[in-house]
Amino acid sequence: MNIKKDIAISDSGFVFDPTTGESFSLNPLGVKILTLLKDGDDQKEISDFVLQQYEVDSDTFENNYYDFLNMLKQFNLTEPQA
Amino acid sequence: MTNIMKKQKYERPIINRINAGVSNKFGTQTKINIISEIDGLAVKDLLKDYDSPLYVISEREIRETYNKAKQAFSTRYPKVQFAWSYKTNYLDAVCRLYHKLGSWAEVVSGFEYDKAIDNGVPGSNIIFNGPDKSEEDLTKAIKNGSLIHVDHFDELYLIMKLADKIEETPKLAIRVNMDTGIYPQWDRFGFNYENGEAWNALNRIMLNEKVDLVGLHTHIGTYIMTPNAYGVAAYKLAELAVRVDKKYGHKVKYIDMGGGFASKNTLKGAYLPGTDTCPSFDDYAEAITNALINSEIDPDNLPTLFLETGRALIDDAGYLLGTVLANKRLADGRRSTIIDIGINMLFTSFWYEHNIVPAQETTHHTEDTTIYGPLCMNIDVIRAAIQFPLLNKKDHVVISRIGAYNMTQWLQFITLRPNVVIIDMDKNVHIIRENETKKNFDQLEKVPEYLK
Ligand SMILES: Cc1ncc(COP(=O)(O)O)c(C=O)c1O
Repeated sequence: MNIKKDIAISDSGFVFDPTTGESFSLNPLGVKILTLLKDGDDQKEISDFVLQQYEVDSDTFENNYYDFLNMLKQFNLTEPQA
Repeated sequence: MTNIMKKQKYERPIINRINAGVSNKFGTQTKINIISEIDGLAVKDLLKDYDSPLYVISEREIRETYNKAKQAFSTRYPKVQFAWSYKTNYLDAVCRLYHKLGSWAEVVSGFEYDKAIDNGVPGSNIIFNGPDKSEEDLTKAIKNGSLIHVDHFDELYLIMKLADKIEETPKLAIRVNMDTGIYPQWDRFGFNYENGEAWNALNRIMLNEKVDLVGLHTHIGTYIMTPNAYGVAAYKLAELAVRVDKKYGHKVKYIDMGGGFASKNTLKGAYLPGTDTCPSFDDYAEAITNALINSEIDPDNLPTLFLETGRALIDDAGYLLGTVLANKRLADGRRSTIIDIGINMLFTSFWYEHNIVPAQETTHHTEDTTIYGPLCMNIDVIRAAIQFPLLNKKDHVVISRIGAYNMTQWLQFITLRPNVVIIDMDKNVHIIRENETKKNFDQLEKVPEYLK
């Protein structure tokens, strides 16, 4: 999944989408993952990173990860699929 | 040497849309409250020891609230007597605690009456209210010298008939309904004040030598937010007392103002939380005692003021503890959290926006959330829209202020009722009602031979 190139992500947890004018707030892990996605990391790379850094098992994270991707789609922060 | 890095605490990734300047139905929340312990005992330990879900009653909070209520009235009026309204919570341990604190019993059925007797309440300290008193119930109540609050003329005539046969003189009060300026007016119980029915009933009682008029009663409704309505009600009962005294030279021993004080719960659709809007015991006490003291009642013969306060005394002392079963995403992106507490255990969720909070530390991040119970029923909604922190499966939640009506109006529906415990003043935990088992229900059912 590709994240829109022109969204602005701030370290403090805010995201601005200039194409719609909408703003979003994220928690720290949300910011981290969105940044990794924007940089082109795939699911495996993101998952490895999170499992290494955080107290979480892979099933729980996978579940939460897909939920998060769905929300990004819901908020139109992803590029329409070709 | 290997560098073992300590992993960070995990919180799942979330994103929320910011709606600048627009407040939505999920409300805004800046600070996340948690309840991790009750009277010094950890919620997680209580759930480990007594299973989830779990009802918890705090003796400390029962005592503190009772003392506050008592103080509000007894500092303003010389003779005050509380009567515990059994229907609010009739677990025997709870009733006995109120009796220990000095409360009499207020009951509305033969079942509740027998419970009060079994709880050691002298018959003369039981107030018997309600429209459903059988001939057998009335006979028992007359013989025990209980205070019978007559609801309608059919009942009055039955009592007069019984009085012919029974040696003891029935002690009667009438329940009066009236316009106190609040809507809806509860006019289905008792005799109406404005149309003269109440006065008529009083005359009939006074003209019958076999019955004794001892009191006047009203219960103007429940969760009444306007203390002034009580002032109006107390004034009208005082007026009836004065008229009886003038015409018959007979003084009633008490005026019973019923229950109905609001607890600090928030009603559905209310703009502000109940903690901000609900009157204090002092507000109610001021309105009622002013009306009585300023009435024409002879100050040397003030009647005792009875109060049948239910929810305002016990709501705060009750907690419902539970566990997150799952998180789900609804079609429109809203999060839903499913917990093991259903509306079958939280009857009051039909009219309250119950306060529900996590039992463990969370971050300040929240999501628009709907909290569902575990029942396979669309109506099983604990909170339709709340800003809620990110809880995971197996995390614990606490619903506070549930002491009134839930442990009597609960339903055996789909799941079985869980344990109820009380935490005593020394922080000891006692089971006061065991969790139900399938066996309990099997005992009551019978399968006809042909279906075996
Ligand atoms: C006659 C009577 N007294 C007292 C109560 C207790 O009311 P509350 O819990 O509102 O104080 C009720 C409740 O309906 C009642 O019907």
